[in-house]
Formats: sequence, C-alpha cells, structure tokens
Amino acid sequence: MIGNLDYATLQQIWWILASVVGSLFLFLTFVQGGQTLLWQIGRTEQEKSLVINSLGTKWELTFTTLVLFGGALFAAFPKFYAVSFGGAYWVWILILFTFIVQAVSYEYRKKPDNLLGSTVYELFLFINGSVGILLIGAAVGTFFTGSNFVVNEYNQVRWTHPLMGLEAAFSLFNLSLGLFLVFNARVLGAMYLVNNIDFKGVADFEARIRRSCLMNLLYALPFLLYVLVSLLVMDGFGFDSNGVVSMVPHKYLANLLAMPQVLGLLLAGLVLVIWGVVLTGLKSSDKGIWFGGLGTVLVGLAVFFLAGFNNTAFYPSKATADLQSSLTIYNASSTHYTLTVMTYVALVIPVVLAYVAWVWRQMNAKKLTTDDVTGNKAY
Amino acid sequence: MNQIDLNMVDWARAQFALTAMYHWIFVPLTLGLSFLCAFYESLYVRTGKEEWKKIAKFWMTLFGINFAIGIATGIILEFEFGTNWSNYSWMVGDIFGAPLAVEGIVAFFIEATFFAVMFFGWNRVSKGFHLFSTWMVAIGSNLSALWILVANSWMQYPVGMTFNPDTARFEMHNFWDVLFSPVAISKFTHTTSSSFIVGSLFVITISSWYLLKGRHTAMAKKSILVAAVFGLLSCLYAGMTGDESAYVNASTQPMKLAAYEGLYTGRTHADLVAIGVLKPGPVADDDPFIFSVKIPGLLSLLANRDSNGFVPGIKDLVYGNTGQNIMGVNAKMELGRMAIADLASYKNAKKAGDESQQAVSLKKFNANKDYLGYGYLAKAEDGIPPVQTTFYAFHIMVALGCLFTFFFLVFLFLGFKNSLERNRWLLKLGVISFFLGLLASQAGWIVAEVGRQPWVIQNFLPTHVGTSNISAGNVQATFFMFLVLFTLLLLAEVKIMLKQIKIGPEEV
Repeated sequence: MIGNLDYATLQQIWWILASVVGSLFLFLTFVQGGQTLLWQIGRTEQEKSLVINSLGTKWELTFTTLVLFGGALFAAFPKFYAVSFGGAYWVWILILFTFIVQAVSYEYRKKPDNLLGSTVYELFLFINGSVGILLIGAAVGTFFTGSNFVVNEYNQVRWTHPLMGLEAAFSLFNLSLGLFLVFNARVLGAMYLVNNIDFKGVADFEARIRRSCLMNLLYALPFLLYVLVSLLVMDGFGFDSNGVVSMVPHKYLANLLAMPQVLGLLLAGLVLVIWGVVLTGLKSSDKGIWFGGLGTVLVGLAVFFLAGFNNTAFYPSKATADLQSSLTIYNASSTHYTLTVMTYVALVIPVVLAYVAWVWRQMNAKKLTTDDVTGNKAY
Repeated sequence: MNQIDLNMVDWARAQFALTAMYHWIFVPLTLGLSFLCAFYESLYVRTGKEEWKKIAKFWMTLFGINFAIGIATGIILEFEFGTNWSNYSWMVGDIFGAPLAVEGIVAFFIEATFFAVMFFGWNRVSKGFHLFSTWMVAIGSNLSALWILVANSWMQYPVGMTFNPDTARFEMHNFWDVLFSPVAISKFTHTTSSSFIVGSLFVITISSWYLLKGRHTAMAKKSILVAAVFGLLSCLYAGMTGDESAYVNASTQPMKLAAYEGLYTGRTHADLVAIGVLKPGPVADDDPFIFSVKIPGLLSLLANRDSNGFVPGIKDLVYGNTGQNIMGVNAKMELGRMAIADLASYKNAKKAGDESQQAVSLKKFNANKDYLGYGYLAKAEDGIPPVQTTFYAFHIMVALGCLFTFFFLVFLFLGFKNSLERNRWLLKLGVISFFLGLLASQAGWIVAEVGRQPWVIQNFLPTHVGTSNISAGNVQATFFMFLVLFTLLLLAEVKIMLKQIKIGPEEV
C-alpha cells in the first residue's frame, strides 16, 4: 500500500517524520537544560547527585534521538546530509564534540580515579547543555536565514564562506533561536526535575528549581519574541512549479496564513509551554513537564513545517552564494523506492514510542529519593 | 568534477581509521560482555543464589564504564560520513543511509531504553523485567551491529542498486539484496562471534588476575567457566564464519583475497600460506616470500571448495589473464574512462537540450557503467591494496583465532578440574589474553578495510573520489582534536576500570 504512494507524498511524509524526531529531540533537551542548571540549583553534593541521577536515566534517549535525527535525514534527504555536514563543517563538529564529552560524563563523574575530576565532567555537561544546544539552534536557524554553498551538476558541494559553517552563529536570528532553545531546555529541565525528584527533606531545593523554571522562561522570552517577529517580517526562500528558487517577501508569514494548522500548532505549543511554567513555577504541581514537553514538540513541528512545506526551500543557499543550489524536500530526497522501504520501517516507530513510554513509566513510578543517590549504584 | 586534494584524502582516511579503531576498542567488548552479563543474571534468576547476582552486577559495572565511551566514540562515526566524505554520502546516500536510519529506529532505542533499567532498575522493576532488560541490551547492541555491518558489507559488495546519470548517484532498487547479501551475512556472523570471543577473554583476563592474586577466587572461577564455554563456542562459530567470509571474498573481492594470501601469480591447486614473511618492497618474481610454510592445495579448496580450482593472483587481476578469462584493471580503466566521458557528454547534451545526443551518450555510458569507478584510477597498479599490511593483519587474526580455541579449551578443562590456580603460567597468559583479543579484532578490520583499497565502494567508487570539498587543514585540525580527546577519555576509562577491578565485586 505504501508502494502506491506518489513520490511527493512520500517526500512530505519523510519531512513530517524528520520533523517529529527533531521536535522530540527538542523536548528531550530537558536533559541538557538540567545539566546547565546543575551548578545553579545544586548547592550540596546531595542535591547535585539528585539532579545527575534524575537526568542520568534519560540522557541516552536524548542522545539516541539526535543520532536518529541524523540517520533519518541521511536516509531520507541525503543531499541535505552531504551538503550540510560536508560544508557547514565546523558547526556540526563542535556540536558533536559537546555530545562526545557528554556521553562519558554521567558514568565517570563520581567514579574513583576518574583522571579529570568531577568538576571537569560537570563542565562537560554544562558545555553540552549550553554551547551544544546554542549551536544546534543556530544550525536550525539557517533553515530560514540561509547558508553559503554551491552544488554542481554532479551534486558536489562547495562551501563559499571561509568559516565553514560557523558563520551561522554570527547571525542575530540564528543566535536568538539558539539562545531561546538553551533557555527553553532549562525551563524543561526544571520541570522534569520537579516531576522526578522526591523533595522530602530538601524543600528549599524544590523552591529553587521551581523558581528557576519561571526565571528561565523570562530569559527566553526576548529571544523568542525576536525570532517570532523576524519570522513574520523576513523574506523567505520560495520556489515555483519549475523548482526555481527566489526570495519571496514575507514568505514565512505567508506560510503561516496558507497553513493555518501550522499557526495552530505554534500557538497551541506556546500556550502549553507557558501553562507548564505556570504549573511548575507558580503552582505546586509536578505535571508541568507534560505540558512543557508537548508544547515544545508542537512548536518544533511548526518551525520545521514552516521551513519545509508550502514550496519553501528548507535548506536554502543565500542569494550571495547560489539561490538555485537551495535544497527542497523534493530535490534533496532519496528515491521513491528508498523512501517506500523506509516508510515500511517507520511503521515500527509507534512500537518504539510505546516501549520507551512504558519503561519510562516503570522507572519513574517511584520518585528519586535522597536514599536512592547514597548507594554506590548511583551516578 | 571538483579537483581532488590528495592530502585531504589522506587526512580524511587517517581520521576515519583513528575514530573507527578507537570505537572498535570498546564495541567488541560491549557486544560480548552484554551477553555474558545476561548469562550471569539468568543464572541468578534461575538459581536464586546471591553470588550470581554479585557476579552479574560486577561485570555490569565494568560493562557500563565501557559502554559510555563506546557511545562517545560512536556518534562521530555516524556523522563523519557527511563531514569528511560528503561526495560519498551523496553518491550512495540513497542506499547507505537506510541501514543507518534503521539502526537508529530498531536498535539504538532498545539499547538506550533498557540500559537505564539494567543499571538503575534493580529496586524499581521486578526481577523478571530486570533480566528481560539485560537481555534486551545484549540483543539491541548486536542488532545495531547488524545494521552498520549491512551498510559496510554493501560497500564491499554493492548489490541491489544502479547508477542514475541524472542525479549522479547510486540508487537502491532492492532492499532485500542489500540486507541478505552473502557478504552481509558472513560479516555480521563473523564480527559478532569474534566479539563474543573478545568479551569472554575480558572476563578471563580479569578473573585470571584475581586468581593470581588470590582474591575473589570463587567468583573468578565461576566467571571463567561461563566465559570459557561461551568463548569456545564462539571460536568454533567464528572459524566457520571466517571460512565463509574467505569463500565469499574469492568471488566478490578476489584482489583482497590475493593480498591477504600474498598470492601474486594465480594458480590451480594453490597453497595456503600458514606462516610467511614477505620480501620488502615491490615484488619482481613469482615468489614474494623470504620464508613461508605452505599447506598444499588448501587455498584452492577454501576459495573454490575444490582443491584443483584456480585462484587468481594480484598480477592476474591487475594485468588480466586471458586463459582464465579475467579482465585486468588496466582494461577496466579504459572502459571506465569511456564511461566518465560519456557521462560528461550526456550531462552537456542535457544542459544544451540536445535530446538525440543525450540518448546516444546514455547508451554508450550504459554499456560501460559497471567500470565507472575504474576510470578514476591513475594507473593499473593503483588497483592493488597495501599487500604487506593486509597479509600480516590477516595472518595475525587467524593465528590468534586458532590460539584462542585451544586457550578456551584448556581453561575449560582445568576450570572443571578446579586446578586453574596451580597453573600460574596459564593464568599469566590469561591476563594478557584480552589484549590479544583486541589485537585480533582490530587486525580483522584492517583486513576488511585496507584490503579493499583503493575502493570505498568496491569497483564503483575509489576512496579518493568520496571526500568532501574542504581543505586538508580542517580535517587535520579535527584529526588532532579527536586524537587528543579520545586518548584522554581512553586514559580516564582505563583508570576507572582498573580502580573498579581493584575494588572488586565485594564492594560494588
């Protein structure tokens, strides 16, 4: 049945699937957010242990989702993979570095004889949560602001900016999106910790986390507003029925109006995140993460849909480089056959989500207590 | 086509070798030890004896330390295809990307999800569910090996695809051919079984050290028995799958086979070199060996399942052998150059809108497209992989594999007789055995990867055509960044591991 779908439909399905994975990653960056909160909210070793052990059962999910995001883009949109990784070299390398150092830090931080000392591993976690997320945001920002590359007739890419991708971090829009993601991750991190930790005996610790949830939303707001307003007024990269790319005035505003569902996702997402913050920061509920998480997923979907649908080039090359080299979900994708095979494989995604959710419930049924982090089985 | 910076190619290859070999220090241990942890925990759940639980938890602690650095060194490999090999990623992404994505969907999430239960779930989930999770970690790790090895096998034996001149890439037309190619099957089974050996050797190394020191002896002996049984069975299986790999090589990568056997001139009733020392430098005559011990006819038997079969040598494959109907690299290069020219003229005709010229060029291109990759070679001798490296790596791997079989047998025998402690020489060998296992495992990959040069996709894409269009300086910089970071992390890992071994199972 999937084999009968036409090519364009499959390409759209895979843009949606990639967007879902990317948006779930943004939700799961509560791990990175929590990592950057560690020194701020954890005043005693016990409090720090609670934070690390709470995030410690989840960090691999975030990591794996990022890897899957890369793998899914490789399989479904190999031209994006080739162009972006091979061209915007340094931004990706630096992002990867922050994840390499993260991967050992939970396990090694408290182990005796760990060579670098626990502070260095905590610093690794901080770098991953700050620099890593900031650069991911900047890289996603280039979906709207464009990059500097030329693709030749053999589909070989040449990057035309000497900073090889790092230039993404020097755009106010990209930087704002990155900072928004960093603060949003911290908001989510606080929500998750409130949800997962049993604060018996450490009430002021709880108060600190709840307050930081609220404060980080306030820090995030100016960047969010700058990104949203820019999106409404900026020119975007559209293409016509012949695939010719051009700058279209108010392209993303036009996309929102042409796709009211996306506008709905965006608004609903923002409301949910704010409601999650209200629950966590102003009320005493521990359910904020579900609203904040779902809200983040919806906002993420809206962002990716804005970039890729309605005849928009999702990975554009700036007019100063070569507009016609811009990547669209139609010119960057795998073949009809490969997308069909991959769509069959994707049918197991609900099963994966189900067992992840089920194990999450099993593991989080009992909150993490101070007793749990005193044994030597803890991180 | 873009100009190729050969210096960049070398750095990109060095970086891939560096990161892959670092990653491969940890992966075989993960693949093998995960099953051993599952065995020990199964024994605990079946017998209800706390000592098995203690054993399981001890090995899990070491497993966890190794697993973390395995993940850290693994993420870069997934993205390195894009950063340093961007043209490769484009040209084969339609096929190569799929197994990587499948790996993420079906395997990595199993590992990530159940790893958390395995380590933090002792007091949170039931005994049965915990055991299930440990098994899922073992199965998940080995499943992820399956998919990446399917991808690698496709590079060695590209099937189920065709070249599309319009998009200038290879496109998949049969997923099942890719998944069930004979190379994929032999590579997966051989890689996992040899990793089980490495995992078993790890347990024996540490347990031998305990026995030499007279510490945790009961636990060490129990651990050894399980590991020796698993190791012995894995050795037998690795031998079978290794034989199958060589047999498949004979038809899919005869040049690789000739290189690791040091066979320059092909012959019927070809001998297998059991031990050999190659002459340094280029080979002029028919005998490349300073010294060798050969087993008559065995190579022909292994390669053709017939001791009188013809096994082509390096010279036959490079210069051709009309008697055996073998086309040489030199002849293939000419056809390949024609294919490249016809592809260019097809592209030009398309740009100019000249449909009749387009059809003519396409027809000519299709006639020679199977030799496309050969057109990028500068001279016929470029078709030869580094023979010395491949030859020695192969012989080290095989010799160690045979040694391990006897090693496990002896450990098993003396373990059952409970006289391990009286044979201190054996325990000393036991202590270094894990490092020999790592050596054999790395050597195996050197055979697979160096032995297939100059190809990144066998016969279709030479390695130097696959790189990104970036300057060597960038790749050089990241090479040293990885070298420093991975070395630092390895040192940390080793120190932590040694400390945990010193602490031992009692306190864990």
